[in-house]
Amino acid sequence: MELTISIILGFMIIGAIYALHAKDLLSAVMAMGIVGYGLVICFLLLKAPDLAIVQIVVETITLVIMVAVVLDSTREELAITLDRRAILQMIAGFIVFAGLFYFFILAIEHLDPLGAHTLRMSETYVNGAVELTGSVNLVTGVLFDFRAYDTLGEAVILYTAALGVLTLLRIKGKK
Amino acid sequence: MTVYILCFVLFLVGLYGLITRRNLIKIAISLSIMEFSIFLMLVLIGYIDNGLMPIVDPGLSAQVYVDPLPQAMVLTAIVIGLATTAMLMAIAIRLYRKYKTFDIREMKNLRG
Amino acid sequence: MSTIVKRVTPLLAGLILLYGIYIILHGHLTPGGGFAGGAIIAGAFILLILAFGSSALNLKKEVAGSSNTESIALLMVVVLALMALLFGTKVFFFNYLPKGEPGELLSAGVIPLYNIFIGIEVAGAILTIFLALVIFKEESSK
Repeated sequence: MELTISIILGFMIIGAIYALHAKDLLSAVMAMGIVGYGLVICFLLLKAPDLAIVQIVVETITLVIMVAVVLDSTREELAITLDRRAILQMIAGFIVFAGLFYFFILAIEHLDPLGAHTLRMSETYVNGAVELTGSVNLVTGVLFDFRAYDTLGEAVILYTAALGVLTLLRIKGKK
Repeated sequence: MTVYILCFVLFLVGLYGLITRRNLIKIAISLSIMEFSIFLMLVLIGYIDNGLMPIVDPGLSAQVYVDPLPQAMVLTAIVIGLATTAMLMAIAIRLYRKYKTFDIREMKNLRG
Repeated sequence: MSTIVKRVTPLLAGLILLYGIYIILHGHLTPGGGFAGGAIIAGAFILLILAFGSSALNLKKEVAGSSNTESIALLMVVVLALMALLFGTKVFFFNYLPKGEPGELLSAGVIPLYNIFIGIEVAGAILTIFLALVIFKEESSK
């Protein structure tokens, strides 16, 4: 399992690096699709079918919106000029990345190895879900009964995003 | 442990794109890549070997299920990621109509 | 779009809509639920808009319809949660309808109703975002 997910993650990293260096904006958007659809396969391997359904539909809708925006405007990428400012920026970036990587290695020493997770917080949710909520799907029971406030907050965020897009893209009518 | 380190490398690739790219569409792509790496890491933490999908079969006795709590959190987060990317695209197309370019260094003139 | 696309797309969009409604209604029995079903329903409508072009629709009426639908659905979620203050233990968001047999379609109390309204809300929001982009493209290229 660890080997399979590592190989798929390798493909995702190569796709991501290509997406950032592509000369054509449409190729960059298509390469972002590699990362999204590779994530769907990872979710299916990790026994999370709810997430796979949501991720595949949301990724398709995101790609449609981005392709519509790119095709309506320019498709070319600006030329990267490697002047002194850009090289200094990259060196500073890599130093920060090395520091972040060191702290990450320190932090994951306390994690259990992959697959040996002990249910500390979800013990009550898994054992008492079918009697307390009555739903056979544990993820729906957790989302809509035990953690219903998070679902309400998420619905409000989606509503606010739709409201924001409607406000941003408004053309003043002509009298 | 290599899987966690590879997840973090994907996050760092997204962060590198966020810092060094000048095109607004590439900045939006980098944000999306960072979000995907975090989703994968959260679901990886909750995985149990030989655990079943979190759908209970009412006939069988107690089995070992994969942790459903990180999956519920990531389900909410995926839809929020869509909302964020859609708003960023709306801002991008509005800026293109005004400045005729996607370059963030040309957009510094705060005209009235 | 060509004639083949315009003939096949209504059949496909009808099947996708039916599949989305199935995933919403069986959200407490099989994988899926409100968010997945809502996104699939939005996908069916986006497919119809992409196939027939934006000149075949009355765009202002469409976006008014979808944004009204999502507002009413979000209001119904809050009303359902507030009605829990009347029955049983008086807590916000309590599961007050009777829970039947686990595994039946009519079980799990108030969760299927939440699934339906959240599904309609997510579909309305995604459709509103897409229609706003289409209207902006049409209006600014005139």
